[in-house]
Amino acid sequence: MASAPTSKYNSHSLENESIKRGTFFILIDKEVIYICPFNGPIKGRVYITNYRLYLRSLETDSALILDVPLGVISRIEKMGGATSRGENSYGLDITCKVRDSVLSYEGHSRRDMFEILTRYAFPLAHSLPIFAFLNEEKFNVDGWMVYNPVEEYRRQGLPNHHWRITFINKCYELCDTYPALLVVPYRASDDDLRRVATFRSRNRIPVLSWIHPENKTVIVRCSQPLVGMSGKRNKDDEKYLDVIRETNRQISKLTIYDARPNVNAVANKATGGGYESDDAYHNAELFFLDIHNIHVMRESLKKVKDIVYPNVEESHWLSSLESTHWLEHIKLVLTGAIQVADKVSSGKSSVLVHCSDGWDRTAQLTSLAMLMLDSYYRSIEGFEILVQKEWISFGHKFASRIGHGDKNHADADRSPIFLQFIDCVWQMSKQFPTAFEFNERFLITILDHLYSCRFGTFLYNCESVREKQKVTERTVSLWSLINSNKDKFKNPFYTKEINRVLYPVASMRHLELWVNYYIRWNPRIKQQQPNPVEQRYVELLALRDEYIQRLEELQLASSAKLSDPSPSPSSPSQMMPHVHTHF
Amino acid sequence: MLGKGVVGGGGGTKAPKPSFVSYVRPEEIHTNEKEVTEKEVTLHLLPGEQLLCEASTVLKYVQEDSCQRGIYGKLVCTDFKIAFLGDDESALDNDETQFKNKVIGENDITLHCVDQIYGVFDEKKKPLFGQLKKYPEKLIIHCKDLRVFHFGLRYTKEEEVKRIVSGIIHHTQAPKLLKRLFLFSYATAAQNNTATDPKNHTVMFDTLKDWCWELERTKGNVKYKAVSVNEGYKVSDRLPAYFVVPTPLPEEDVRCFQGRGIPIWCWSCHNGCALLKMSALPKEQDDGLLQIQKSFLDGIYKTVHRPPYEIVKTEDLSSNFLSLQDIQTAYSKFKQLFLIDNSTEFWDTDIKWFSLLESSSWLDIIRRCLKKAIEITECLEAQNMNVLLLEENASDLCCLLSSLVQVMMDPHCRTRVGFQSLVQKEWIMGGHCFLDRCNHLRQSDKEEHQRQLSLPLTQSKSSPKRGFFREETDHLIKNLLGKRISKLINSSDELQDNFREFYESWHSKPTDYHGLLLPHIEGPEIKVWAQRYLRWIPEAQILGGGRVATMSKLLEMMEEVEHLQEKIDERHHSQGALPAEAPSLLRSSARLSSLFPFALLQRHSSKPVLPTSGWKALGDEEDLAKREDEFVDLGDV
Repeated sequence: MASAPTSKYNSHSLENESIKRGTFFILIDKEVIYICPFNGPIKGRVYITNYRLYLRSLETDSALILDVPLGVISRIEKMGGATSRGENSYGLDITCKVRDSVLSYEGHSRRDMFEILTRYAFPLAHSLPIFAFLNEEKFNVDGWMVYNPVEEYRRQGLPNHHWRITFINKCYELCDTYPALLVVPYRASDDDLRRVATFRSRNRIPVLSWIHPENKTVIVRCSQPLVGMSGKRNKDDEKYLDVIRETNRQISKLTIYDARPNVNAVANKATGGGYESDDAYHNAELFFLDIHNIHVMRESLKKVKDIVYPNVEESHWLSSLESTHWLEHIKLVLTGAIQVADKVSSGKSSVLVHCSDGWDRTAQLTSLAMLMLDSYYRSIEGFEILVQKEWISFGHKFASRIGHGDKNHADADRSPIFLQFIDCVWQMSKQFPTAFEFNERFLITILDHLYSCRFGTFLYNCESVREKQKVTERTVSLWSLINSNKDKFKNPFYTKEINRVLYPVASMRHLELWVNYYIRWNPRIKQQQPNPVEQRYVELLALRDEYIQRLEELQLASSAKLSDPSPSPSSPSQMMPHVHTHF
Repeated sequence: MLGKGVVGGGGGTKAPKPSFVSYVRPEEIHTNEKEVTEKEVTLHLLPGEQLLCEASTVLKYVQEDSCQRGIYGKLVCTDFKIAFLGDDESALDNDETQFKNKVIGENDITLHCVDQIYGVFDEKKKPLFGQLKKYPEKLIIHCKDLRVFHFGLRYTKEEEVKRIVSGIIHHTQAPKLLKRLFLFSYATAAQNNTATDPKNHTVMFDTLKDWCWELERTKGNVKYKAVSVNEGYKVSDRLPAYFVVPTPLPEEDVRCFQGRGIPIWCWSCHNGCALLKMSALPKEQDDGLLQIQKSFLDGIYKTVHRPPYEIVKTEDLSSNFLSLQDIQTAYSKFKQLFLIDNSTEFWDTDIKWFSLLESSSWLDIIRRCLKKAIEITECLEAQNMNVLLLEENASDLCCLLSSLVQVMMDPHCRTRVGFQSLVQKEWIMGGHCFLDRCNHLRQSDKEEHQRQLSLPLTQSKSSPKRGFFREETDHLIKNLLGKRISKLINSSDELQDNFREFYESWHSKPTDYHGLLLPHIEGPEIKVWAQRYLRWIPEAQILGGGRVATMSKLLEMMEEVEHLQEKIDERHHSQGALPAEAPSLLRSSARLSSLFPFALLQRHSSKPVLPTSGWKALGDEEDLAKREDEFVDLGDV
C-alpha cells in the first residue's frame, strides 16, 4: 500500500511541488465516478495520500478536479449498497469544513477507501499523528522565528514606567491558557495578579495587548469576572482595574467593552460569570457590543453554505444573504473593534475587552482594533505576529473550534471564529486597497492551512499544550511557506503609512460576501483574476523599474563618455518602448 | 458626533444613556455667529440666466452632523437653478477646488434636477405642492442626482420665505412650455461655440456620411445601405433624417407605414450578422387591412431572412421582456433608498439593507437587461443570426438593448468618443422620447411619464449610463406578424442551454479587454453602483479608501513612468541637466474619500462613523444565542 510518490503526482499543483518526497505515501489509486455538484458525474481516478485526496478526470484531458487536504474533511459517510437487481452501487459522501465541496464516489469496493480516508482524515480517533508531524518540508525561512513576544513588546515601547513584563506564567501555573510572558501594570505585584486570577474566569486576568505610542492608553484583554448570582465582588480585581486606568495618567474612567449582548452577560451570572457592575467599579464605564456566541456564528455560516452550494441562489440572492445574518455579525464585530480603536486613538481612556472566556470574541476585537490602530500589523510579518500573539499565544481554542483530526463533526465546540476574523480583515482590505501589504491570496492561504493540518501553526488550543507537544520542533510553521515566497502574497498597491488609523465603514452598504472564498469552487462564479487595474499597475511598476535602470545606465554611459568621447549610441527612439496605455 | 453608548443593546442593567442632552436648538447656538459666517458670495449667472427670487439668512444644514450645524447664506432661485450662497466654498483649499464643476456649483440645484420638495412643519415632514397656506420652517429638497438639501427658514423674513418657497415650488413643478426651457435662452445669449476637433469628435449621425462611415467601420455596407428617404422628415418625424436599411429593401416600402414595419439597422457584427430594430405596424381591426399588413411584412422579412444564407431571430420586447412600468416602479423605490435625510435614517435602513434593495427589484431588472443583451449577443456571435428587436415605437427597450449589445461586442463603443457616438446613434437619433421620459415639461402625472434611468453595468466592465422610456405595450405585434415569426422565436429551453454554454465558456477563458466583454450576472455579482448612488451620503464615505485609492496610485505611477520616459528622451537628445520634478496632479491624494470626486474631504473630522441602531432579531436562532460558548465547564481543565 505504501509507496513512494512518483513525480506524476507531484506536478499537479503549485503547492505540491514544495512538498518534499518521502513525506507522504500513496494509499489509494483507483477508478471512481465522481458526482460533481456543479457538472454532474465525471469518471475519474482518485489518489489518496496520507495528506490529501486528488481526483483526476479520465474524460477531459485528465484535468485535476479535486485536490483536498484530508484535514479539510469533516465527515465521511457510506451511501447506497446492492440493489434488489443485484447491481452494486456504492458510494462515499465526503463533506468538507467550510469549503463547499462534497465528493461522492461510486465503485465496487468502497470499504478500503472508507477505512483509509477515515484513518487519515481523523487521525486522532485512531491514535495516529496529525500530518503536520510527518511533514518534512524544508523552507529557507523559519516561520517559528517570526514571533518573539519580548521583541514585539519592545517594538511597542514596553516595558516602560507603567508596564512590566512578568514571567509569573512561565510554567503556565497562573493561567494554563495564557502565554508564558505577560505584560501587566508596573504597580501590580505578582501576588496581586494571583489574587485577581481567582476572580477571572479560567484565571485569564487583564493583561496588556497594545499600547498607544503617544497617548499611552492601552488595550487590555481578559475573561469575565466571576460575579455570579450573588453579585460577588473582589477588591483586588477592582483595585487592579483602577491601576490599569491610572497608567496613562488620565483622570477619565476605564472603558470596558463586554463583547456579548447584554442579556447573555446577565445570563452568564447563573453559571458563575457576569460583568463589572457600576457599584463595584466606580471608575469604569461598561458597554456591551452585542456580538453573538460561537453557536450563532456556526449556524450563520452554515446558512451561508446553504445559499451558495451547490447552486448560488439566484432570484432572491439579497434576501437570502440577509437571512444568513453573516454580514450582520461581521458588521457588529467591526463596529465593536472600531469603538475600541477610536477610544484608544482619541486618548480618552484605556480600554478593557472581554467576553466570556476571552478567547473568541475578545481575540477578534483586540486584534481588529490593533489592525486599525497600528500600521505595522498591516504588513505581512506584522499580521503574522498579530495572529501569533492575539490568537495563538492567547489561547484561541483552534483545536476545538476547527476540530483538527477529530471525527466528531457535530461537536458544539466547533465554530468559525477565526474565519470570521479573517473575513473582517478582508472587508477592511477591500475598503482600503492600498493599506495592506498582503493580498487576498495571503488570507485565503491562511484559511486553507487553518484546516489542512500541513503546518503546526494552528494546532492545539493553547501555548502550554503546544509546548508539551514540542510543536515548534516537530512541525513546520505556515509562515515558513509564506515568508519564503512573499512575492506571491504581496499587494502591489501597498503604500506604507505610519501612524494612520484605519476606520472601515461598518455599513451593509459596503460589506460584501467574500465570493472569492466562500464560492470559489463553483466554476460559474469565477472572478476575473487578476483584476485589470492591478494588472495594469504591475505592468507599470515593471516599466518604471526598467526605466530607472536604463536611466542609470545612461548616466554611467555619459560619465564614461566625458572621459572617452566615442561614437554616439544608436537612435534613441528605437530603444524606447513608449507608454501607450493612457486612461 | 455620536454619544458613547450608541451601540449598546436595549434594556438590561447597563443600557447606554446619552451623555449630553441639549435643550438649545441648534439654530440658536449659531445665531451669534451669523454676522461672522454670512459673507456675500456673488451669484454666478450663465448667459441668459435670470434671477427670479431670493431670501437671506437661510441656514443650510451640514448633513453629516444629523442636521446639527449649518451655514447661513442666501437662497436664490433663477430660471435655471436654485443656488445657496454661503461662504463655505472659501473653506476649500486649492487642491479640492481644482475638481469643481464649472457650470453647477456645490450648492446649486438645477430646476430640472429637483425631484421632490418637502417642508417641515412642527417637526413633521410633508411634501409641498402648489399653493401653500402655511409656510414651512425648513425646506428639504431631494434631487434627481440623489443629493439632499436641508434649508432652515426660521430666521428668514416672512415675506422672503413666502417668495422663495412659492417661487421654488412654482419653477420646479408647474408645467412648462418647450420654448421656455432654459437652454433656449442660454443658446441665444451664449456665444455659439461648436468648433470640434475633427479627428476625435462624436459622430452625430445627422448626415448620410455619418451613417456610411458607421457602415464602413462595422463592414455592414455589404448588406445594408444608408437611405435619405426621410430627408426633411417627409416620411416620419419619429425617424431620423437618415438611417440604414437592408440593401434589397425598396425605398418606397419605408413610406408605406410611415417607417413602421421596416427593419432598421443598428450595428453589424464581424461575421456579417446585424442587429436590427423595428417598430410595430398600426393596430388594425379590418381583415383586409390586416391581410395587407401581413403580406407587406412577408416581403420585408425576405430582406433579412433568407435561409440558409441569412436567418433572422426576432426578439419581441413588448411581450417577452420587462415592461416600462416595471422599470419605473423599481427605480422609484430604489432611488428612495439613497435619498437619506440624516444619520439615523441611514443606520435604521442599514440593518435591512439587502431586503430593501431586493424589494426594489432594481438590481434584478439590471440583471435581466444584461441577460437579454447577452442572449442577443449569443445569437449574433455564436449562432450567426440576425437579430430583429421589435417594440411598439422601437425607441425605448430597443435603445437600451441595442446599445448594451454594442458595448459588449464593439470595443469602439467603450472609448469615450465611441460611447458618446453610441448614445447619439441609438438614443438621440433612435428617437428615445427624452422629453416625455424625463418629464422635462412637467406634464401631469396621469400620463405616467417616466424619468430617465441609469443602468450600472456590473464590475470592471465599462459602466455606461442608459436612459429609458415607457409606453403601454400590447401583444399586437406578435399577432400581426403571424405564425411565420412566432416560429422564429426559439423555444426558451433551447435558448437557455445555448445561453448557458456561451456565457460559461466565455467566462472560463481569459478576458481580452479589446474583444467581446460579457458581464457577470450571478446574484452576488450584481452590485449597487456605489460611486453613483452613495456619492452624497457622508456616512458611506471611506476616507482614504475605496476604488479611488488604487486608481490614484495607478495615475501616479503613470505620471512617474511618463516622467522617467521624458528624462530618458532628454538624455538621448541632449546630455543636459535633468529637469526638476514635474508637479503631480494627485500627489497629495492619500486621503481622498472613496466618493471622490463627488465628495472631497467634506467630513472634516477623522472620527469613525458608528452604527446607531443595533441588532435585528435573530429569529430561529434565539435558542443558540442563549447558549454559553463552552458547555459545562467553569471549573474543568
